[in-house]
Amino acid sequence: MDAINQSILTLILLVPLAGAVLVVLTPDRFKLPNWIALLTTLATFGLALHLPAHFVAGQDGFQFETSVSWIDSPKIFYHVGVDGLSLWLVVLVGLLAPVGVVASWNAIKERRKIFYTLFLVQQTAMVGVFISLDLMVYYGFWELSLVPMAILIAMYGRKDGPKAALKFFLFTFIPSAPLLVAILWLYKLTGSFDFVTLQVLLAHGNFSRAALCWVALAFLFAFAVKVPVFPLHGWLADTFSEAPVALAMVVAGKLGLYSMLRFHIGLFPVQARQAAPYLIALAVIGILYGACLALVQRDFWRLMAFAALSHLSLIVLGIYGLTFTGWTGAVYQILNHGVVDAALFLLLGALEVRYATSQIDAYGGLAARMTRATSYFVIASLAMIGLPMLGGFVGEFLILSSTFAQVSKGWTVAAALGVILGAAYMLWLVQRLFYGSESKLVKSKPADDAHFGELAILTPLVVLIVVMGLAPSLWTNSIQTGVHPPALDGAVPLPQNVLQIPVQEEGQR
Amino acid sequence: MTPLLDFLLIHADLFRILPEVVLTLTGVTVMLIDASLPVGFPRRMLGFLAAVGTTLALWASLMQLSLPVGTSFFGTVETSPFTVFFHVLICGIVLVALLLSLDTLPEHSHHQGEFYALIVFGAVGMCLLTGAVELLLVFISLEISSISTYILAGYRKETGRGPEAAIKYFLLGSFATGFLLYGIALIFGATGTTQIYEIARLAPAAENHSLVLAALALMLVGILFKVSAAPFHVWTPDVYEGAPSPVVALLSTAPKAGAFALLLRVVYEMFPSLHNLWAPLLWMVAVLSMTVGNLAALRQQNVKRMLAYSSIAHAGYLLAAFAGFGTSGIAAASFYIAAYAAMNVGIFAVITLVSGYDDELPMIDDYRGLIYRSPLLGSLLLFFLVSLVGIPFTGGFFGKFYSFSAAVDGGAIALAIIGLLNSGLAAAYYLRLALVAAQRDPAAEGRRSVSMPQVGIAVMAALFFAVAATLVLGIAPNAVLRAAQAGEHTLQAPPQENATAPVAGELAPHP
Repeated sequence: MDAINQSILTLILLVPLAGAVLVVLTPDRFKLPNWIALLTTLATFGLALHLPAHFVAGQDGFQFETSVSWIDSPKIFYHVGVDGLSLWLVVLVGLLAPVGVVASWNAIKERRKIFYTLFLVQQTAMVGVFISLDLMVYYGFWELSLVPMAILIAMYGRKDGPKAALKFFLFTFIPSAPLLVAILWLYKLTGSFDFVTLQVLLAHGNFSRAALCWVALAFLFAFAVKVPVFPLHGWLADTFSEAPVALAMVVAGKLGLYSMLRFHIGLFPVQARQAAPYLIALAVIGILYGACLALVQRDFWRLMAFAALSHLSLIVLGIYGLTFTGWTGAVYQILNHGVVDAALFLLLGALEVRYATSQIDAYGGLAARMTRATSYFVIASLAMIGLPMLGGFVGEFLILSSTFAQVSKGWTVAAALGVILGAAYMLWLVQRLFYGSESKLVKSKPADDAHFGELAILTPLVVLIVVMGLAPSLWTNSIQTGVHPPALDGAVPLPQNVLQIPVQEEGQR
Repeated sequence: MTPLLDFLLIHADLFRILPEVVLTLTGVTVMLIDASLPVGFPRRMLGFLAAVGTTLALWASLMQLSLPVGTSFFGTVETSPFTVFFHVLICGIVLVALLLSLDTLPEHSHHQGEFYALIVFGAVGMCLLTGAVELLLVFISLEISSISTYILAGYRKETGRGPEAAIKYFLLGSFATGFLLYGIALIFGATGTTQIYEIARLAPAAENHSLVLAALALMLVGILFKVSAAPFHVWTPDVYEGAPSPVVALLSTAPKAGAFALLLRVVYEMFPSLHNLWAPLLWMVAVLSMTVGNLAALRQQNVKRMLAYSSIAHAGYLLAAFAGFGTSGIAAASFYIAAYAAMNVGIFAVITLVSGYDDELPMIDDYRGLIYRSPLLGSLLLFFLVSLVGIPFTGGFFGKFYSFSAAVDGGAIALAIIGLLNSGLAAAYYLRLALVAAQRDPAAEGRRSVSMPQVGIAVMAALFFAVAATLVLGIAPNAVLRAAQAGEHTLQAPPQENATAPVAGELAPHP
């Protein structure tokens, strides 16, 4: 069992890559690439489920850890492991992958080999970001995750793919330049890229405050663009409206939000505390701004983009409230947002495949023709709005209540207004798409409800949404073991195995 | 094997220039056979002969590792892990360039035999340049390599651009070599020797210090021209555009590797005492090269010109490694050259295949939908561009990583930030090409499929080597890095150096 526990994360990382190689090697016939991708992603998901099954809740530190020397100079280790924070995120990535394959099943008709190869590479990169505990390895996967995304947006963009892809890439690539310098600078200061070592050293070391402030800022900037946080969201809408459905599902949120919790707050608690008030303000602006823009969009992908901005900003609010409850709620909301968005994207993608447009005006009165799809869409929308008993409620409640009680009442009231606006644009979307009189476009095509394949993947998602609303403790117990950066609870004892490295002061350089 | 080794160890002088000897013999053989073959006889096998000779030279360089570090021929040629590193690199580049030319040179192009011979002769000069520790030999080897590349650059005589490229390259190149020669003369005047270690020993105490400074400046101008660093870069785009693509694959990498080896030798080994002077100078050149190269590349519509400007920018990233004096700069620079060579040769191989020997499809827009027309070439183009951008798990990333770590290590954080922001800028034009190639182009469906050539065995091998090198440098760089570090140690501790060697960081006082 130990052997499995030690290699499970590496397996989750490598299986999609192996699948990608297999897709390259097999001919593009009989939908072979699709099947290989589906089986690979299902296998990966199965492997990912091993994690929660054998995760010891309540145990501090990382589990399923492996550390192997990768590069000799500078010392870079392939160090992976998960804790309560990343555990469910890995599972979420595993879950979304087969959903993505199903969403692309009929939508991607050309160059399927390239599509599924890159899709699987993207999968590896995302898992890599969540499990890496060495900053350089983490940075590697972080950058790698941009490439398949950009290429696929360019290849399968709806109108002007290359432009959206370039925008996406530059928006996220340029901020990672300061991030790399910051990581290198940390290495020069401490002699380590290892997250655990750095966390201890930074908490105890005597570093120049000003320099650390810049380093923390570089980290924060890179993550904030990736989330995105207002006003750095310029890439979001174009990416959503151009990206293939399977990729739009995973592009926003998770990576950046996780990185904020793990690497910004985790490594620089003091600097994070200084930055928190500004981020809370930006988050609340983002919630309201995103919701208002979502109200006036004519294209449902752009609507979903601004809705995502609004929802992700709420999670940022939960993170930078710097409360224990807020963090639990934030992680829970990341999971929930991932699942709900997946269901909505799958359905919207199915509509787009059938009617070949994403203009909301063109639709109307679908409910009578697509009864099953409509009911799933309504459930997912209600979960997104935050109806009690569904997944969205728990996360939003934890975030808002903790912010209200411990951070600021004014900001919470403003944020709650955004939640109300959220209900408005989602319900209005449902009304315009599915109810009212049948539009010309809808009449012109034969009724075509959700297929078996779509239902087979939607049903578990919807069940999951309900379970997440009814029994959040299934998840929160293990999340709570992960979300307490030690430095905020007071000083941690210096572990014996961490080498004390003489620390240079700023002036000595 | 053993008797040969014994023979060589006895005649160690010969052993120390064995790769050059092998290459020279190969070149001469190729020329002689070429001259004795009847007109119109296919000369493709001469290319194979040259490739075999280059492989032998590569092997001979590796054998040199068994030699103790030292010099031969009265202290003119050195053999050390440093020289072996560059020998192997240059021979590898030449080998891939030969394989590439084998399949892409038009069947009946004139002077095909000379083409291969010139490539091999050029390799002699470049290899010798990396091992030379005597400035006159440096000059001679630089000329050997330059003259053959001048001719190769103008190989498409029938086009207007070919001769233009050659003339431009020749005029500016000889002008720059003149600077180098003048610098050599001045340093000889100041110290009375042209042996690099002797100069390192004598220069700090030279009577006429301003002569030494002038020599440093002039030599830097000469060498920076060869590596196409701004502001000595103006020849690069025209030459790259006019020269045949397989030649550019060679031209943009191997001579630069040689010139960078020389630069490392000059600044770290000959003038370590003046590092307060050259480090800021190279700092400025680095920033200028990156910025000028990238800004100009952004505006190009011609793929080869764009890559020419990008190579100027890469020279800048490479020079960033020099800003950190001592600790890891040499290893970082050596590694960067290897990574840059792998991906640049690779991308020019792809470009040769896509646009052909005659550059039928030179513009970025001609690449629209490449991945749909030819999935193999399209994917390879994307791969090499991704590496040039510097995405992790490719050679380009670790090259930049080591270069900028060396800069941060040397305290040049500003340089590292400028460099990385520049690489963000560079991503814009690399991606423009990549994304255009990935975009579906309804207008081009069916069109131009004829222009995708058959990918032959030799080109396949060349592409394979380039991809493998780029991946290995990105995923398992330890071996190459160790070789680079071994080279660094030998370069920094020259055998003749004695206790009077200047302390780094102090300008020696005037006597």
